[in-house]
Amino acid sequence: MASTPARGIRLWWQSGQPWIWLTAGAVALCIIMVVGVIGLIAVRGLAHFWPSEIIAFTYVVGEDDRQPMLARLVERSETAAARLGAPTPGDGGLIERWKVKTANRDLTGEDFLWLLAARVEAVERPLDAVVIERTEWGDFHGYVRGLEQAGVRLPLAGDALWAALDEHLAHKQVLAAQVRGLERGAIGAVNARMERLRRAERRADEAELVQIRAERDRLEAEHSGHMQELAILEEQLSRDTLLLATADGTEVRLPLKRVVDVLRPNGMSLADKFVRFGHRILRFVSEDPREANTEGGVFPAIFGTVLMVLLMSIVVTPFGVIAAIYLREYASQGPVTQAIRIAVSNLAGVPSVVYGIFGLGFFVYFLGGNLDQLFFSDALPAPTFGTPGLLWASLTLALLTVPVVIVATEEGLARIPRSIREGSLALGATKAETLFRTVVPMATPAIMTGVILAVARAAGEVAPLMLVGVVKLAPALPFDGNFPWLHLDRKFMHLGFHIFDTGFQSPNVEAARPLVYATALLLVLLIIVLNLAAITLRNRLREKYHASEN
Amino acid sequence: MQAKTEAQTAPGPRQGAREQVATHAVDPARVSLRPSGDIGESAECIRVEDLHLHYGSKQALRAINLTIPEHRVTAFIGPSGCGKSTLLRCFNRMNDLVDGTRITGRITLYGSDIHAPDVNVAELRRRVGMVFQKPNPFPKSVFENVAYGLRLQGLNDRRTLERVVERSLKAAAVWDEVKDRLHDSALGLSGGQQQRLVIARAIAIEPEVLLLDEPASALDPISTLKIEELIYQLRSEYTIVIVTHNMQQAARVSDFTAFMYMGDLIEFGDTKTLFTNPTNQQTEDYITGRYG
Repeated sequence: MASTPARGIRLWWQSGQPWIWLTAGAVALCIIMVVGVIGLIAVRGLAHFWPSEIIAFTYVVGEDDRQPMLARLVERSETAAARLGAPTPGDGGLIERWKVKTANRDLTGEDFLWLLAARVEAVERPLDAVVIERTEWGDFHGYVRGLEQAGVRLPLAGDALWAALDEHLAHKQVLAAQVRGLERGAIGAVNARMERLRRAERRADEAELVQIRAERDRLEAEHSGHMQELAILEEQLSRDTLLLATADGTEVRLPLKRVVDVLRPNGMSLADKFVRFGHRILRFVSEDPREANTEGGVFPAIFGTVLMVLLMSIVVTPFGVIAAIYLREYASQGPVTQAIRIAVSNLAGVPSVVYGIFGLGFFVYFLGGNLDQLFFSDALPAPTFGTPGLLWASLTLALLTVPVVIVATEEGLARIPRSIREGSLALGATKAETLFRTVVPMATPAIMTGVILAVARAAGEVAPLMLVGVVKLAPALPFDGNFPWLHLDRKFMHLGFHIFDTGFQSPNVEAARPLVYATALLLVLLIIVLNLAAITLRNRLREKYHASEN
Repeated sequence: MQAKTEAQTAPGPRQGAREQVATHAVDPARVSLRPSGDIGESAECIRVEDLHLHYGSKQALRAINLTIPEHRVTAFIGPSGCGKSTLLRCFNRMNDLVDGTRITGRITLYGSDIHAPDVNVAELRRRVGMVFQKPNPFPKSVFENVAYGLRLQGLNDRRTLERVVERSLKAAAVWDEVKDRLHDSALGLSGGQQQRLVIARAIAIEPEVLLLDEPASALDPISTLKIEELIYQLRSEYTIVIVTHNMQQAARVSDFTAFMYMGDLIEFGDTKTLFTNPTNQQTEDYITGRYG
């Protein structure tokens, strides 16, 4: 009951309410920022996959220069006329500008254009306008005129033409898959065996050499057989050609084998669009990148990230747990132990690029170089492990994250009640038996917390990886069907580095921008999935040991 | 429930205190009264000779001389902080775990020194089992709790384990309550059940001595009663040493009682005599409730 406002405020202040508001406000701010970031990258990233409409219009460049265009509207903005240096009249000195994707980079040299909205005339949405995703030169905007099979133009038009196009495209996908399978599978296997043979040859004696030569001849025969098969497939692939026309009527011939996907966005229903949307996202996560990473998918980067994080976890968990057990359970708790503990905590604050440099110097050049001298000398001077690769990247990140695991495990061990240890010791268990039968299993939820933090940090790390194994474009996945299946020496791709590369090193920044958002979204989702998996595991363990934690 | 034994009905002549070289300030009158342990005709199990124990600079036990009789229940009573739990934890060398503990004197188990350099502490603890004040089951199933000590000894044969677990749980009078949930977590049992489970766990490895450190202090009256009945039954097979705050409990379950005060063993004798006719004024004051 406040008689005056001042008194009311004082009462409110004394009630402790402002404190609650302050704390709740801090949480709200965190939530807004996190949701905002994820929302922004989600909207920007996902919009890339939406089959948005394309518009046909005439752009008035000059008195007699009127250009027909077929483009996708990307962005509208208003700019001060003064900034453009044009005395064009506008509303309050502002001019509306459109950013449009005109595609057809191979023909015009431009992919995106800024247009003055006032000069755009006769906007319409032709139903038969197509967006064609190509393996080279980005998208094509235009109209389909016909289909040529083995040099002969098929006498088709309208729906029949579309049906034939779909059919030929499906046929082409099957052939392309066969080619890929052949290249990656059989030919890759032959190459791997050839490489092994070549190395065996270097250290072989006379008798073995004969054998090796015979084997090589056999492999070469097999190889040329595969190459012939490949040539036949390639020829079949090149059979069809798509006849197209651009907005200004230029005729274009596009071999069907370079077509990835054909879209008629203006004629699609909402359901169709959703199907396409899902399909395109699926392709994004399952395909290899093209065109210097500005097109195509990011599958190798996802694969590389997950594999590297898994390897890192496998290394860091036992290492960190064992170190923590010694520090907490065996080492006498004096100033030296305390100093080590502080040093470990400080390691977590060392800039990650320092770890990268250390990894390059110690793991790659020193360890890797010596491994090559000892075990892979027959491959020298080509390095095997003496060059950045998956193994060294995983080890470097394990080093980077081991303090987190040590600290979390130590805290977990400290929380195990003394009575449990004494109960075990009183039954005649040694200290080691007590640790491994009771204490460490009870500390697993805490250990899992450490691993979760380590995974989150490792998956988002980029700087050290650039030095110890991540590349812009890896020729092969670090895991395949050739012995020894897991190739720890290979370089790999990583989502974090992919974001950096696509966003800042790309020749076509405008085209790459949505991919940056999409990749960032994917990386965030991947970390969430990895964390959720670990958290589920931890909760299950916690449930098992719940009553003993208090 | 009053435990009666021949030893109690036929008390032997009280021996004089073993002479101490007192480096600390002790009332000389008290020294002369200090018992060395009169256990009548019972066989000797544990003997304590001139035991001093320091935690850092603090002395927790002073010149303890005591003999624990075999297959009898011996109770340690005294006010909080008097050293009775510390003394109990000397018998299975649990005090080794506390940093800064120094022990002088001798403790023998059936004549052999438990501090001898060749003694395996884990082996000693197998022979001298212990139950703690708060039930401390492991976060495992009931079955695995009881089997823990056996598995430590490398016994993994399912059939043998099942037999021993059942026998131990029956001996600890908890079998009927847990037989249908042997493979559920032991943490789901009630406090009283947990404490009997812990006793079953201790007797599963067939120790010679069972040390009980205030086993009923965290339990309700009914669970306490069950534990006391259990102690009474177990004493035919085990030498039991129990620490308790509760004088009635000591009087009910023990054959011999030691009264401790401020790190000194004030009086030790058969329970009936000690409670009805204490020789020491302090003992009398304590059991009549004048302090403590």
